[in-house]
Amino acid sequence: MRNIFYLTLLITNLACSADTVVKLDDANIDLNDGLSIQRGARTYINYCLGCHQASYMRFNRLGDIGLSKEQIKEHLILGQQKIGSPMLNNMSKEDAESWFGVLPPDLSVIARSRGADWLYTYLRSFYRDSKTATGWNNLLFPNVGMPHILWEIQGVLTLKASDLDETRGELAVISKGHLNKIEYDGFVRDLVNYLVFMGEPARTLRVRIGIVILFALSIFLVLAWILKKEYWKDVTH
Amino acid sequence: MSFAKLALRWVDDRFPLSSFLKNHLTEYYAPKNFNFWYFFGSLAMLVLVIQIVTGIFLTMHYKPDASQAFASVEYIMRDVPLGWLIRYVHSTGASMFFVVIYLHMFRALMYGSYRKPRELLWLFGMLIYLCLMAEAFFGYLLPWGQMSYWGAQVIINLFAAIPFVGPDLAVWIRGDYVVSDATLNRFFAFHVIAIPLVILGLVTCHLVALHEVGSNNPDGIDIKKHKDKSGKPLDGIPFHPYYTFKDLVGVVVFLMVFTLIVFFAPEMGGYFLEYNNFVPADPLKTPDHIAPVWYFTPFYSILRAIPPLFGSQFPGVIAMGLAVVVLFFMPWLDRGAVSSIRYRGVIYKSWLASFVISFLILGYLGVKPTSVWGQFGNWLDGADRAVVVARVCTASYFLFFFLMPWYTKIDKTKPEPERVTS
Repeated sequence: MRNIFYLTLLITNLACSADTVVKLDDANIDLNDGLSIQRGARTYINYCLGCHQASYMRFNRLGDIGLSKEQIKEHLILGQQKIGSPMLNNMSKEDAESWFGVLPPDLSVIARSRGADWLYTYLRSFYRDSKTATGWNNLLFPNVGMPHILWEIQGVLTLKASDLDETRGELAVISKGHLNKIEYDGFVRDLVNYLVFMGEPARTLRVRIGIVILFALSIFLVLAWILKKEYWKDVTH
Repeated sequence: MSFAKLALRWVDDRFPLSSFLKNHLTEYYAPKNFNFWYFFGSLAMLVLVIQIVTGIFLTMHYKPDASQAFASVEYIMRDVPLGWLIRYVHSTGASMFFVVIYLHMFRALMYGSYRKPRELLWLFGMLIYLCLMAEAFFGYLLPWGQMSYWGAQVIINLFAAIPFVGPDLAVWIRGDYVVSDATLNRFFAFHVIAIPLVILGLVTCHLVALHEVGSNNPDGIDIKKHKDKSGKPLDGIPFHPYYTFKDLVGVVVFLMVFTLIVFFAPEMGGYFLEYNNFVPADPLKTPDHIAPVWYFTPFYSILRAIPPLFGSQFPGVIAMGLAVVVLFFMPWLDRGAVSSIRYRGVIYKSWLASFVISFLILGYLGVKPTSVWGQFGNWLDGADRAVVVARVCTASYFLFFFLMPWYTKIDKTKPEPERVTS
C-alpha cells in the first residue's frame, strides 16, 4: 500500500512543480578567461571552502587555469594539505547541521546541477530579513540556510517596502559594501566562472579534442564517399 | 600456393571460415535499392560495440557501492586519463542507441519488414528492444545521482501497483524496502553481464533469421522471385563490398553527429545527462520534478494519461506495458495486400502518421509537468490541457494497432512492381 501511495505522490508531484518566478541573469561565463577563473578560485577558497567542500577537486588541478605548483601551495592551500589532496574543510557534519540546519552542499559539481546563471543570480539576490534564523533571505532560494557570506563586499540589501509580493521583489541597497554594483557583479561572475571550471575541469580540453576529431572524420568521410562511389559504379538501377 | 592460401585451407578444413564469410558477406545478396532508412541496422551494431567497449573500461574504475558510486563517477571524470571521454561516449551511446533503434523500428513499420516471412526476425528485434530498455534502466541507477535514484524508485514502484503481489514483488526487486546499496549491486550485475549476454544472443538470432529469409527493401517485394541462371537474385548485390562500403559512409556521418554531442554538448540540454543527476542520491529528498530519460517518456506519458482506478495506478501500468507488448503482434495485425508504404493507400499512411505524431507528442509531454500547457477554463472542468492531449494521443497510439486488421484490409493499395525500383 505504501508503495502505491508513493507512486501516486510522485506522479501528482509533477503537476505541482512550479517554474522559478525569478528571472535568471546571464552569467556570461568564459572558460578561456584564465584570470577570471583564477580570481574566482581565490574567492572560492577564501569565502566558500570553509563551509563548502569540493571533495572531487584536487588542488593541483588548478594548474589547468595557469597556476604553478608554487603559486597554488603559497596562496591557495591555507592549511597543511598536500597539493594532490582534494579541497576539504574541517567542519563536522554535526556542527554544520546545528549551525545551518543542513550540511552545506559539496560544490564540486554544483555548476552542473544548478547552472551558471542560477548561481550568478543566487549570489546577487540576498537581502536582509529579520524573520529568518540567519537574518538573511534570498529571492531565488526563499528561506535558504546560508547567510549572505559576501555581505561586506556587496553591501546590505533589503526588499523594497512597496513590494509586498516577496517572490517578485526588487532589492534596494541600505548600506554600501566594498564594491559597487558593477564591480560586485564582476566579482560574482569570476566566482561562477570558477565553479563552472571546477564542475568539469576537462571541458576546454574536450572542446579542443572535439574539433580535431571532427576535422579528421570529415577527411575520412570524403575518402569513404569516393570508395563507395567507386564500388557502386557497376550497380545499375 | 601462397602461405595465406595454405593457412586459409588449414583453417577451412577445421572451421567453416570461408563458407561463413561467403554466406554472410560476399555472397549474401541484399536488395540493391536500400535507402537512407537501411543504415540504422549496422549503426545499431556499431553502437552496441561502442557500449560494450566503453562499458568495460568504465567497470575498471566504477564502484558499485552506494557510498562510493557517485564519487567514483566523478573520479572517472577527473582523475582517470581520458575517463571523461569514456564516460561521455557511454552516456551518449545510451541515448543514441535508442535514436538508432527507434529509426530502425520505424523503417520496419514503413516498409512492412515484420510481415511474412520475417515474423520471427521482428520478434527477435522486439526482444532486443525490451532488453535494451531493461539495460538502460539498470544502467541509469549506477551514477547514483538524484535522478538515478528517484527514477529507479518510481519505476520499481510501478510493479508495486500490481494487485496482491505488487508490494512484495517490489521488495524482491529492490532487495530492500527502499532503493539502496543492495539494489545498486544487483542492478550493476544485470547491467554489466546478465542483460548484455542476452542482448548478444538475441542479436545473433536476429541476424541468423535475417540471413535465412533475406532483407526486405523499400518496395516490400521479394527479390528472390527473379534470379539469373546461376541462381543469384537479379535485384540483389553482394553485401560485401557494396553495403559494407555504403554503410561505412553512414558510419562516418553517424560518428560525426556522435562527436558533436560527446565533445560539444554531452548533456544535450539535460536530455542525455539530466542536471539533477549531478546531485548525489538522497533518499530523504524527493526532487520536485522526476522525469525519466527521454527514450522512456512516451510510455511514461501513457502511464500518466490513464486515470487511477480505486486509487490504484494499476490501469496506467497495464497500459504502459501494453504499449510495448502490442508491437510484438504487428505481423498478425497487418492484413494489408502490400508491404511497403509506397504502395499502401491513404488510410494506412494516415494511421501511421497519426501514430508517429502521437508518439512524439507523448514523448515531449513525458519530460514536462502535466501543467505545462496550463488548464482549460470552464471547459472540461478546467482540466490540464496536457493531460487531455496525452489521453487523445494515447488513444490514437493504441487505435493504430487495435484497428489495424480492419483498416489495412479496406485500404486502397497500389499494385506492387515486379522488380525493385530505385
